Amino acid sequence: MDAKTKDLWVFIETREDGSPCNVGLELLNPGRMLADKQGGKLVGAVVGCQTEKAVKAAEEYGADQVIVVEGEAYREYSTDAYTAALYYLMEKYAPTTMLIGATSVGRDLAPRLSCRLNTGLTADCTSLDVDGETGNMAWTRPAFGGNLMATILCPDHRPQLGTVRPGVYKKQKPSGIGKPAKVIREDFAFPIKNIRTRVLERMREAAGELVNLENAEIIVSGGRGVGGPDGFQTLKNLADVLGATVGASRAAVDADWIGHSHQVGQTGKTVSPRIYIACGISGAIQHMAGMSGSDYVIAINKDPDAPIFSVADYGIVGDLFEVVPALTDEIQKARAL
Amino acid sequence: MNIIVCVKQVPDTTEIKIDPDTNTLIRSGVHSIVNPFDGYALEAAARIKDTHPDTKIVALSMGPGQAQTALKECLAIAADKAYLISDRAFGGSDTLATSYILSAGVKKLEELEGKFDMIFCGKQAIDGDTAQVGPELAEHLGLPQVTYALEAWLEENCLKVLKEDGDQKLLLQVCTPCLITFTKPAFDPRYPSIKRRLAANRVQIPVLGAAELPGIDLARAGLKGSPTKVKRTFCPERKKGGVIIREESGLASAAKLFHMLEDARLI
Repeated sequence: MDAKTKDLWVFIETREDGSPCNVGLELLNPGRMLADKQGGKLVGAVVGCQTEKAVKAAEEYGADQVIVVEGEAYREYSTDAYTAALYYLMEKYAPTTMLIGATSVGRDLAPRLSCRLNTGLTADCTSLDVDGETGNMAWTRPAFGGNLMATILCPDHRPQLGTVRPGVYKKQKPSGIGKPAKVIREDFAFPIKNIRTRVLERMREAAGELVNLENAEIIVSGGRGVGGPDGFQTLKNLADVLGATVGASRAAVDADWIGHSHQVGQTGKTVSPRIYIACGISGAIQHMAGMSGSDYVIAINKDPDAPIFSVADYGIVGDLFEVVPALTDEIQKARAL
Repeated sequence: MNIIVCVKQVPDTTEIKIDPDTNTLIRSGVHSIVNPFDGYALEAAARIKDTHPDTKIVALSMGPGQAQTALKECLAIAADKAYLISDRAFGGSDTLATSYILSAGVKKLEELEGKFDMIFCGKQAIDGDTAQVGPELAEHLGLPQVTYALEAWLEENCLKVLKEDGDQKLLLQVCTPCLITFTKPAFDPRYPSIKRRLAANRVQIPVLGAAELPGIDLARAGLKGSPTKVKRTFCPERKKGGVIIREESGLASAAKLFHMLEDARLI
């Protein structure tokens, strides 16, 4: 399919209540620069049931145009309905590029959509650029668990699609008063009976046990050096004063010291917090694969040769059972002032 | 029930090291394993067979001849049959081309082994990490999909699937035929018995080349059938200039760290 336009689209993912997920708004930020270089508009694509909040947010974060499909069939995400709606829109408007957040929804949707469009998709990008002349995106992504980076092009097919990890870009409202976005509402009805998957139950983890590592601002993570379930209580105390989420290495999870939903790394979650505090984690390649996107890494480990120190901005060589409680106290004291 | 489990042979990344001088991957001597997520898919199929003993599990892989080793591992663990798709014309395929070839392979397997009810895949392979081939295969075959599954069990002709979804878990229902991709479950996959391993070693694994896949459009396979091209690969920049704190006591180290973090306005 040839692109009829030079427009760049960003999929604005929404939650069940219609509010936009951060990642779609984050992507409008690099989207602005890329759309300008490609010489087209920046367009937010919204699919949902109550879309007002998402449409408004897309406008606020800089979209020139917002294209919306609304209907009961889109109340919650389904592969069938969302793929059909976006395929319809993209065939009709033929954008040159589309960015999708690499969330569990985005990574379910994007391959299905790109396959239907018979075009290329680059997953889980950590950096984006575009060649202004050809309009080819340069999609850069990690492979081999973050040990190797690859830059991928999709030169002969349009649209070109990519998913981008949450947290790679920051949400940013454009400065000054832009012109209001043009909102286009498209009628595309997908029969609910044609949705072949049915959500029977949503299970949140028990209160206080909510593990949302992917969106965490700060993560306090523990490994083999934590020694047991009691050691994780020490980490949890620090996490509580910081408003942080508790993570873990595979070694700690395999030892049953903490639930596997806490696992960071290649077979666990990929995280990109502002601060990652690794306690008693040696830093196996599989673990680093999951946390190398962190802005700042603090490592606490007894072993001065632990590989984790090679990626740490701040490293403490010492006993985490002395350091972590002392750090918790310092922060608590400072907060009490 | 007939279940196809798609597997990929991958280098064991636990053995991959970085050459500190050249800053490149050392891959020599690294042995190959069944992609761990595909192992979870195989375990999920085996659990369905535990409750429905008339189930047939067929392992399917695409890759060079040596991928037979991975298929033998699947036979040793739980698979009843195994097939390898292999042809020079398929080399250099990206995910779109790979999933297209696999879809042709699935159609061939239906001729050989009968209609299938489910296709199970790992959520992604640990070398490429794309998580695209499963959903793309489902699209080529027009099947409903569920990704990031932790567990799946049969009730009547439908599957109940427990899946990860960010900070929550979803229980979904999807009817057969369908495609499910699996992530790491809370339980450990089973190990092969010695008896099964010995039997698997003796199996001659059928290889399906382009000639054995009727109707395959080779323009959609291999390098030329791949819309994405790798422009370059490079090693990620490692952080340099980190601060190491090593005071007399943990207390003093913690205090020093706290002040540094405060100065840097991190907390």
